[in-house]
Amino acid sequence: MKYWIGCILVVLALAGLSLSDINEYLFFAGFVILQGVVLASAWNILGGYAGYVNFGVPAFVGVGAYTALVLHLAIDAPLLVQIAGGMLTAGLLGLFVGLLTLRLRGIFFSIATIAVIFILEAVVMNWRYVGGATGLQLTRPEVMAPFESYTRMLFVVMVVMAALAVSVARYIQISHIGRGLRAVRDSEEAAECSGVPTLRIKLIACVASGGLLGAAGTTMPMYLSYIEPASTFNLTWAVSALAMPIIGGMWHWSGPLVGALVLGTLQEAVTVTISSELNVLVVGVLLVVFVVAAPDGIIGLIRKWKTSSK
Amino acid sequence: MENILEVTSLSKHFGGFTALSDVTLAVAKGERLGLIGPNGSGKTTLINCISGALLNDAGEVRFKGQNVARMAANARTQRGIARSFQIPRPFGSMTVRENLLVPLSYVRNLFGAKAVAEADALLHDMGLSDRADVLSNQLSQVELRKMELARAMAAGPDLLISDEAMAGLSGAEVEEVLGILFKLNAKGITIIMIEHIMQAVMKFSQRVVCLDAGQIICEGSPQEVVANEYVQRAYLGD
Repeated sequence: MKYWIGCILVVLALAGLSLSDINEYLFFAGFVILQGVVLASAWNILGGYAGYVNFGVPAFVGVGAYTALVLHLAIDAPLLVQIAGGMLTAGLLGLFVGLLTLRLRGIFFSIATIAVIFILEAVVMNWRYVGGATGLQLTRPEVMAPFESYTRMLFVVMVVMAALAVSVARYIQISHIGRGLRAVRDSEEAAECSGVPTLRIKLIACVASGGLLGAAGTTMPMYLSYIEPASTFNLTWAVSALAMPIIGGMWHWSGPLVGALVLGTLQEAVTVTISSELNVLVVGVLLVVFVVAAPDGIIGLIRKWKTSSK
Repeated sequence: MENILEVTSLSKHFGGFTALSDVTLAVAKGERLGLIGPNGSGKTTLINCISGALLNDAGEVRFKGQNVARMAANARTQRGIARSFQIPRPFGSMTVRENLLVPLSYVRNLFGAKAVAEADALLHDMGLSDRADVLSNQLSQVELRKMELARAMAAGPDLLISDEAMAGLSGAEVEEVLGILFKLNAKGITIIMIEHIMQAVMKFSQRVVCLDAGQIICEGSPQEVVANEYVQRAYLGD
């Protein structure tokens, strides 16, 4: 109950903030940080809980983004319909990719997920309706009341999406699906022999993770007013989605949230104060530091500190 | 007595290597069966095919009258086949109690306080009550073996397959694990025990089956099998 009260209060507070006259840039940057929360929480469902490292994040983000675009172009669908459509197609992609690849383990699974990116990118590159390789310039629709600007509205949409992603990740972790996924990560054979339907729960994780990753991509076309395949299917999405849970901690739902807030804020600060080119360097350095010095992430460090101070 | 497990003409190949060839075996309900054989004889492959960790290439595995040969391991566990592993495979990120909660929730649909109470009762039976909240990757060898048996028991099996549960244990620890297996059998659970420690096999088994090069070369009472010329040759060489 505490969680839900906290979650609703945070959503309401951030939504209220969007109606104030604070500088627009904060919402522009906040959108990116919250998108990181969605990506990290979604990735962690399969990568963190089950130990299946999915490098195919850009494929899911891309499917979400291009589904939203197609719905916008074809039927001028409202944003909520675009998001629902993007989640659905990305979830279905998760099911399809899961059925094809979840019998593979370790590095073989990861390589197979990378292949999905290149296949989908090639499809989009050759699809004129969505702009092909050069992409499409988009005009944002009219902003809905009571928002002053489209960026502020997208910020609130991303707040709700982040709350949804964290809640889904939390539910999966504390449910018996989460315990099953942890068992899979520790020993898949022992999990099977303990009655865990490993393929089924991995597919559930793949669909949930894929759907949420897709949702994170659905708002991208309207956020940037532009879409093109090279940046949409860029591997840096995968690096960020993987780095944030590692930095925050992969064994608990709060880890990706903390990692995304820390890394996202740091990246935005670096972009504003130094250069956007240094973003990837920040990710790389933090990733190496945490993998070597604190493999359980920030949440793991806090837990250790609490245990030692008792 | 009624058979709980019937393996018929079971074969398993790994590429050009024949791990099991035309193995036929029946286990009676409530029986204590010892499965012996030199290293590489196919013992673990056989129990992998029975438990579902591997799918056999030919033959049938009938459990409680139903052919389970094409079923996934988790479906076989749901039907009452549980096992421990030659090299212990704890869920290392979980406590000992949480390890047991996995089969309790997935096989017996027990959740919350009921599941915890059942897990604690099983840990008490295994002498692991004081280790319930310890991470399972911090257990000693004998504790790991006992936890694996407790986890297998949490699935509520009719058939328990113990794969070298006494490997690497001291004499007193072997006796302790044997005592646990005898107690479980007294509750009506059929047990197949794979073991290299012959005193344990002789003491525990009502019947012994010896495998060599993927084939059954002898079966009978422990005394008959140990005295068998083929068994002696398989173990000691020509």
